Amino acid sequence: MMNTAAGSISDPTLGTTDGDRPLVEVKLVRWHFYMGIIFLLVSMLAGFLYSMQFLQHYPLKGMELFSPGRWRFVHTNGVAYGFIANIFLGMLHWVVPRLTSRPAASRALSYFIFFAWQAILVATVIGLLTGQAQALEWGETPTWVDPVALLGLILVAINFMTPIMKVSGPLYVTMWYFMAAFVWTVLVYAMGNFLPEYHMNGVAAGAIGGLFIHDLVGLFVTPLGWGMMYYFVPIILRKPIWSHGLSLVGFWGLAFFYPLNGIHHFLYTPIPMFLQYGAVISTIAVELVVTTVIVNFFMTLRGSGDMLRSSVPTRWFYTGMVFYFTTCLQCAFQTTLTFQKIIHFTDWVVGHAHLVMFGVFGFWMLGMLVYLLPRVMGRTRWYSESLHEWHYWITAISMLVMFFDLTIAGLVQGYMWKELASWESTLRASTPFWLVRTISGTGMIFAQFIFAYNVLMTWLGKTSKEPVKSPAVEPGHEGLATA
Amino acid sequence: MLESKSGVFFVAGLIFFGVAFIVMGALPYTIYRGIPEESVADMIEKHGIVPEFVELAEKFPTQFKEYYGECDAESFEAALRRGHRIYTGEACWHCHSQFVRPVSMESSRWGPVAHAREYNNELQRPVLFGTRRVGPDLSREAARRSNDWHIAHFYKPVNVVPSSVMPEYPWFFDDEGYPNRDGMAIITYVQWLGSWLEEYPYYLGEGPQGAGEVKPVDMSGVE
Repeated sequence: MMNTAAGSISDPTLGTTDGDRPLVEVKLVRWHFYMGIIFLLVSMLAGFLYSMQFLQHYPLKGMELFSPGRWRFVHTNGVAYGFIANIFLGMLHWVVPRLTSRPAASRALSYFIFFAWQAILVATVIGLLTGQAQALEWGETPTWVDPVALLGLILVAINFMTPIMKVSGPLYVTMWYFMAAFVWTVLVYAMGNFLPEYHMNGVAAGAIGGLFIHDLVGLFVTPLGWGMMYYFVPIILRKPIWSHGLSLVGFWGLAFFYPLNGIHHFLYTPIPMFLQYGAVISTIAVELVVTTVIVNFFMTLRGSGDMLRSSVPTRWFYTGMVFYFTTCLQCAFQTTLTFQKIIHFTDWVVGHAHLVMFGVFGFWMLGMLVYLLPRVMGRTRWYSESLHEWHYWITAISMLVMFFDLTIAGLVQGYMWKELASWESTLRASTPFWLVRTISGTGMIFAQFIFAYNVLMTWLGKTSKEPVKSPAVEPGHEGLATA
Repeated sequence: MLESKSGVFFVAGLIFFGVAFIVMGALPYTIYRGIPEESVADMIEKHGIVPEFVELAEKFPTQFKEYYGECDAESFEAALRRGHRIYTGEACWHCHSQFVRPVSMESSRWGPVAHAREYNNELQRPVLFGTRRVGPDLSREAARRSNDWHIAHFYKPVNVVPSSVMPEYPWFFDDEGYPNRDGMAIITYVQWLGSWLEEYPYYLGEGPQGAGEVKPVDMSGVE
């Protein structure tokens, strides 16, 4: 069981099982990655624009289409559905066929999903910029886009569940996470976008909204992210995951406790108090489960610690895992009623969100892209490896600065509010923190442009003069990647 | 079961999610089902028309007549709905909460703690609790400030509050600087939030007026 993922290292042939149809639709992996990177850049620039409003220097003020609030929607929705969803779809097109030895359900469907998803994203951005947002955090997609997006998610599930269903016997860990994610994503999206809008109202709908905010991270992004780690970490480290038992604990613990967390976003609301306590307790339980997963991965790394230095993907993965443990530990505290008194409604939560979405899942995806992109582009090496170092270090340092900055800002704001300081004085006290936030965000964006430049030059087939320390594809396996 | 397709699909995918949905979603729904949802018309009938809306009609009769016609329950409802749509579309709710907590001195700053029944109306679909306060909570904003204040503030917030980080909304105004259809709508909506409370601060000397009691605004001379 444990060696399923590792086993595919030594089997570089992509093979054909279905007539002339290749196992992996490499072109589609590539396209999804390109669109993901484009949406990453767009979303981050939107975030930068929005952050300038906090410094009273919004560059495009007074223009309706550039209303800062609307660009905030673009920032979060672009990250969730443009960057994360596209990168995951590309990753699924690579991983699922290789783990099941079967291609996705239909080639035509795969291409249709690619174009349909980009169309949904464009429609979402247009809808948001013309002021048609739905008042649902992380689900601001206009109500007329929601049913189409749900249909798209169902098609994605069908496309990848078909090969998984044909596998007999127990599944590898990655497949547990992926399968559960396909089911959960569809359910979560339908629940969050339709129930509070059409079927429920008031406080009960608020509970659903809380579940949606949390489940989108916990039941869509998290399981796909961990599934990705359980696949790529053993391959890159060239050894199996340390403990299969802990993998089981991690998956089933997450599956049980994560869906119960949502209401912790709305503590001290009129939602019944016993449910708020329940959400707090299950959030703390998630932290215990997460610890087992982290232990499992760090024990896997044991003996290969040098890879953190020599292998950029490994470094991205494990930095993300340290951040993952940090956010989950932080979450176990911040979700308590004691912490909530002070930090709710403050920038603390914004710092937490950035560390989760970018510091963890963004980092994992960037690591995965560093590993996979040259393979799917048919290149044996990256344009430049030193640019990877710049990319990693600028991103990681900026991320840490932003996290600590916003966390401290949250405490300052929370205590000033509690002391009944005038609202204007709390704004003035926040300004230096907002300035640091914009600067660190600029660092993060700059680093992603370095990465995009590296991708572009690699795509063009250019090579820098520096010696190749770690070729992306081993000599003799160059044929592996060509479509 | 733990590693099989059916185990993952049914137990983790459907059952665990279903249990959580029942406990955390369906349960509060059944608890609060007894509070009937009020339509905007119900709210107006019960709590009346805010005087600030009437004042808009008095102050800008030409524009008001063009955008909303007569000043009555019907036009008030239209303005509220439009205001709510703008509040949603401009992401006001990402920087302004509508929910006063029973902790951290919030009731001293904003007013009475939020009550479940305040959220059972059509303009809380989806509910606008909010998760971040860059600006003040708005659920007790009614009559806290004058229409004039809001007009100046929406046009250029820093003119009124120098340290404000709120965006400017010049598209809420016509070429002559009067609030347009959207401007009147968002001001009406904001002046309505919390007007249903007994502790309503009577800025204009009178509380919301019953739909039938609104003093007719004389617009006879208006083209």
